[in-house]
Amino acid sequence: MLSFIIRRLLIIIPMALLVVTLTWGLVRIAPGNFYSAEKKLPPAVEANIRKKYGLDKPWYTQYGMMMSNIVRGDFGDSLKYQGQSVNEIIRRHLPYSAVIGLLGYLLALAIGLTAGTVAALKQNSGFDYGSMSLAMLGLSVPNFVLGPILVLIFSFWLYLLPPGRWGGFSGIVLPVITLSAIYAAYIARLTRAGMLEVMRSDYIRTARAKGLDEKTVLLRHAIRGGLIPVLSFTGPALAALLAGTVVVEKVFAIPGLGNIFIQAVLNRDEPLILGVVAFLSILIMIFNLIVDIAYGFLDPRIRYE
Amino acid sequence: MAENIEIVKGASLWRDAWRRLRRNKLAMFGLGVIAFMIVAVIIGPAIIKWTTGYTYDFIPTDRDLVKAMPPSFRHLMGTDDAGRDIFARVLQGGRISLMVGVISTTVSLIIGVSYGATAGYLGGRIDNLMMRIVDILYSIPYILIVIVLLSVFGGPSTPEWIQWLSTTLGGAGNQGLSQIFLLFFALGLVSWLTMARVVRGQILSLKNQEFVLAAKATGVSTFGIIFRHLVPNALGPVIVYATLTVPSVMLTEAFLSYLGLGVQPPYASWGSLASDGVKNIAIFPWQLLFPGLTMALTLFSLNFLGDGLRDALDPQTRKF
Repeated sequence: MLSFIIRRLLIIIPMALLVVTLTWGLVRIAPGNFYSAEKKLPPAVEANIRKKYGLDKPWYTQYGMMMSNIVRGDFGDSLKYQGQSVNEIIRRHLPYSAVIGLLGYLLALAIGLTAGTVAALKQNSGFDYGSMSLAMLGLSVPNFVLGPILVLIFSFWLYLLPPGRWGGFSGIVLPVITLSAIYAAYIARLTRAGMLEVMRSDYIRTARAKGLDEKTVLLRHAIRGGLIPVLSFTGPALAALLAGTVVVEKVFAIPGLGNIFIQAVLNRDEPLILGVVAFLSILIMIFNLIVDIAYGFLDPRIRYE
Repeated sequence: MAENIEIVKGASLWRDAWRRLRRNKLAMFGLGVIAFMIVAVIIGPAIIKWTTGYTYDFIPTDRDLVKAMPPSFRHLMGTDDAGRDIFARVLQGGRISLMVGVISTTVSLIIGVSYGATAGYLGGRIDNLMMRIVDILYSIPYILIVIVLLSVFGGPSTPEWIQWLSTTLGGAGNQGLSQIFLLFFALGLVSWLTMARVVRGQILSLKNQEFVLAAKATGVSTFGIIFRHLVPNALGPVIVYATLTVPSVMLTEAFLSYLGLGVQPPYASWGSLASDGVKNIAIFPWQLLFPGLTMALTLFSLNFLGDGLRDALDPQTRKF
């Protein structure tokens, strides 16, 4: 088990560097660059700036310099936000996305697990059809439509919650609900499917046969197996959520990492793009590792060499 | 007596599936809505133009009419800020949104199926390498890839066959439309990863069966085994996953349009209409509601159809 974890942790570094390399290649392939904005700089000024950032050297030298810095954890300064390092920008904007993302996912888990489990236990009941239709609706309404509709109802008609503005509990209610809708829907469907399959499996029959009451069968045996599909969904979803979701951040004007990333892409802010991509890919790989470890606890049949 | 002879057809997988699908009311509802939407976006714009004279880019010349007007008998869904009829725009936008679904899914289907099937059948080191590449591509934000594809192949460097396709399918061969078609392909190029995984899993479970051995023994080439023998047998899950890819690429297109990277005016898609509407939501809510609800209804139907197809084609893993 320990050697499995160490091996997986070690492979994260080369994988992340590979992702950074490919991303760098993509940014470079696209015609135009940070300096091809509408407002042209005087050629002499641009030449000086290029020299400062080492952009006057051939591409392989630039790549080598960049990689040797990145390996040491230094992504350099943002081109757009001058004098601010990429690490600083990520550190400053991550908390907003993390708070919204974490709360949104917890809410989605609470709703999705409850609805999915009850729907599976009362298969083909009114609650089953109702909650699954609702889940399908959650999957079908784009969140940039859902968010504004919630703002329209709760802010403009009912005057209950502010339509945006960071700070305080009331400001994050609508973003968290908007964010969690689609995840709650996914989790409810996955939980229901998983639970239906588990409830028919042999080990549940064994548990019942040895005389356990229904509550123990459900909470100690069935839930663990039924959660596995949810768990495999959780890893990448949570990583994506913590790193920011562009739409919700845009709709509610939250200065999160997702917004920063899209801006960086549109601005061709190369160091910032690479920094966020590296951060995101490491986050995804770590969460996937945690998920793989958690499988072992939920399902004793899964073992790692 | 020819009419007395009853032709007994074998109960093939597809006939069985169709029988099961017909019993699923929600899936049939979804199929009905989608069929209706397809017919509506094909003939709708012509009918609107014939009855009221409005087209998706018709801006009234009378200054008093160049403004947002609420839904009325004349404008069933109201008008946008430029006085354009939203109903006509929703119908036109539906063409683009549904074409996104079909074309991008087809592209992702072709790449994903060939990639996944090749990796699964060849196995070993090649499989390992090919799947690690998929893992790495998963970590690169697709939005970056889309932007690069759009800017590398955009403008004058748009490949000729994309221009040909946009002229043939879209009716008008201008720059704006071929950009939209370029977007369709870019979306397809970023959405094949999961398809490749699904197909690979299927092929892995099929490739050790006798019919593959028989094909090998009769000297069928590797290419032939993969595409003539293995892929048709994995078609069930592929079709199901493709039905679920359609709504997801439509959502992605809507999201890109929301960011201003997708469909550009005067053309519209449901996503770009909804994102235009978001700006005016407090004053002119109909500008968001009608395109948003049309899109949600279509996605809802596609998702139900996809679920129904999964149950129908794969009764063993029936979960819903």
